[in-house]
Amino acid sequence: MYNGGKIIIGLIIFLGFSTLPFLFTMGKAVAKPELSLDTPEIQRMVEKKCVESKEYMKTEHMVMLNEWRDAVVRDGTKLYKAKDGKIYDMSLQNTCMKCHSSKKKFCDQCHNYTAVKPYCWDCHIAPQEGT
Amino acid sequence: MGINRRDFLKIAGISTLAGIGGAAGLTLAKSGLLEASQYIDDPKGLKGKRWAIAIDISKFKTPEDYKRVMDVCHSIHNVPEIGNTKEEIKWIWTESYESTFASQEYANPYIKDNLKKKPFIVMCNHCDNPPCVRVCPTQATYKRKSDGIVMMDMHRCIGCRFCMAGCPYGARSFNWRDPRPFIKKSNPEFPMRMKGVVEKCTLCYERLAIGLKPACVEASSGGMIFGDLNDPNSDVRRVLSSHYSIRRKPELGTSPCVFYILGGQ
Amino acid sequence: MLETAFKGSRTYWAWILFLLTVIAIGLFFYLRQFTVGLGVTGMSRDVSWGFYISQFTFLVGIAASGVMVVLPYYLHNYKAFGKITILGEFLAIPAVIMCMLFIFVDLGQPLRVLNVILHPSINSVMFYDMIVLSGYLLLNILVGWTALSSERKGVAPPKWLKFFVILSIIWAPSIHTVTAFLYSGLPGKYFWMSALLAAQFLTSAFASGPALLILLALIVRKFTKFDPGKEAIQALSKIVTYFLLTSVFFLGLKLFTSFYSQIPSYAHSIVYLYAGLDGYNKLVPLMWISNILIVIALVLLVIPQLRKNEALLAIASVCVFIGLWIDKGFGLIVGGFVPNSFKQITEYWPTLPETSITLGVWAIGFLILTILYKVAVSVREEVGDIDFHH
Repeated sequence: MYNGGKIIIGLIIFLGFSTLPFLFTMGKAVAKPELSLDTPEIQRMVEKKCVESKEYMKTEHMVMLNEWRDAVVRDGTKLYKAKDGKIYDMSLQNTCMKCHSSKKKFCDQCHNYTAVKPYCWDCHIAPQEGT
Repeated sequence: MGINRRDFLKIAGISTLAGIGGAAGLTLAKSGLLEASQYIDDPKGLKGKRWAIAIDISKFKTPEDYKRVMDVCHSIHNVPEIGNTKEEIKWIWTESYESTFASQEYANPYIKDNLKKKPFIVMCNHCDNPPCVRVCPTQATYKRKSDGIVMMDMHRCIGCRFCMAGCPYGARSFNWRDPRPFIKKSNPEFPMRMKGVVEKCTLCYERLAIGLKPACVEASSGGMIFGDLNDPNSDVRRVLSSHYSIRRKPELGTSPCVFYILGGQ
Repeated sequence: MLETAFKGSRTYWAWILFLLTVIAIGLFFYLRQFTVGLGVTGMSRDVSWGFYISQFTFLVGIAASGVMVVLPYYLHNYKAFGKITILGEFLAIPAVIMCMLFIFVDLGQPLRVLNVILHPSINSVMFYDMIVLSGYLLLNILVGWTALSSERKGVAPPKWLKFFVILSIIWAPSIHTVTAFLYSGLPGKYFWMSALLAAQFLTSAFASGPALLILLALIVRKFTKFDPGKEAIQALSKIVTYFLLTSVFFLGLKLFTSFYSQIPSYAHSIVYLYAGLDGYNKLVPLMWISNILIVIALVLLVIPQLRKNEALLAIASVCVFIGLWIDKGFGLIVGGFVPNSFKQITEYWPTLPETSITLGVWAIGFLILTILYKVAVSVREEVGDIDFHH
């Protein structure tokens, strides 16, 4: 190979850099996030149930929040009729966070784990962390 | 190898397109999940086709009358107090007669002294033909079809400030830095804003939705009259038909929906 | 062809290194602006556009002015511009890129810039500006690069290129017209509210752009073996002269309408810029420097004997460029915001971070310009050699 030595050294450096994130965390087990649904507000609920099913909320909450946002801000609608017929005020601050009253224990758990940084809290006010 | 570069590029191109198409299809299918649920209007919400405010300036007698109106708006909407005029953020404030009605001022410098010295309340005019909406490149500011409110979608604003150049009333403020440290006491029911977006009065859309009048109107003890211009029996139409009123810079064709009653009874 | 940009003299590398340093300083301050917000600039609630948007406006003109060499060469077969055309096209490319960068650094939420495409608003002039600018960029890259590659191979440019050349000629005025529409359609901004604005933009652009091109041609001739030709430079000087005259004439038209009508709103900004208003006069010295430079340039350009002297022509070109830069790259935008909607005055002056970021963007432009010109010149030197051996 013409200039083989240089190329191989270059490749090794490149591989080193590009795998750096993996090399750094190799062997370190990062604890799976444990969601705390155990807020005083949720404990007080008779039927412990979110707006939609748990599975749906787990995978689609971001889609739902985006749609709620557009519905409230852009279309001027206010209420959400869930599949089970219950009606909710579409509001991150005034509905979601009323039950999930700890952003740290609820939102941040998974978002930190998956390194997702939604900009919700740049404007929206998170509830006061209790203890 | 039975594949040359040209063929490889073709296959790569087509599969990329297919991939994008597939992803788009998947997104569409996903959003269908919400279909069983639906958005409904709050029956409590105030219904109007073209909201407007008439300001009866004769009802504003003491500095306290003005302060009450401005303070309630700025506190419930988490409007920061930046503390310097260059970066100032305001939704509702006062200006002199001369500044408020710049064009009228050229016409008549001999107007009643008590008017000339009086502060006037200024805010977004919620124009029927809003230039800010016309110039916004992302529809982040838009006129609500249902009731004519000129709204701001802070999630979408890119901070180009075209709307600030377009607004002939100076109603818009830009977040030159993170506003949160400048909010002394925040209202947990309403969001704040982030740096780099434009904000202004949204005619208390969040209050109208639950059946309340705008906060300034409520705090004005009769100095500000709110209602639907399309309804001949509304408070605002009644007061406009019985009093002489003017608007700011009507010659620009923006059709402001904030009216000023100068004479009182 | 790009490989030719990696071989150069000491001076070449010193220049590149200098540009990279300026870019690095600009980037440093941009990161600060990115984290703190646009509060690091001198802009305010009242003067909500400043240095960045001014530079953008000025540079759209520079980009459009490439047409001043492309048009005579391709449509009128004006042979003298044969060598300089590529310099015109390659000037347009960094100019448009700088325009885009200046818009980008002016955004409060730069990461959301794609919203312009995701949620397009066909009422907004900004939407059309985005289309014409990116179109013009692509056209110039396509035309310039293809023409140069053909030249290097010693073959005639492909036939289809003619279509894109003509398209780019029609396209050029559109970019500056649309840019003028950003301002001239805003109710209540009386300084900009003029049907003449787009015409003023184009004439001042067709003076300042070719003036810059004259300077660049002289520099290229001094530092390389490539000579764009005396005739081409002289022809450019005539273009600068006529468009500068038209520009001054248009300014006169605007002054007449604004002051003879005596409608206060039309006069305020002009009075602020040239004489100061209510005791506020931060921009007055700058605007008069601009006026004096333009007068000097006019004297040097209008008298043919002076214009033919290349040293004097160089001075005249510098005067035109700086004079019009102050007028359009500073006064025009800031002046439109003074006084504000309440007839109150907030003055504007760029801050250190703002100036550094501005210089950084200019340095990026000059870096691209240098690389493109290096490629063009190397190809010319190479082709020249081949001809010699034949």
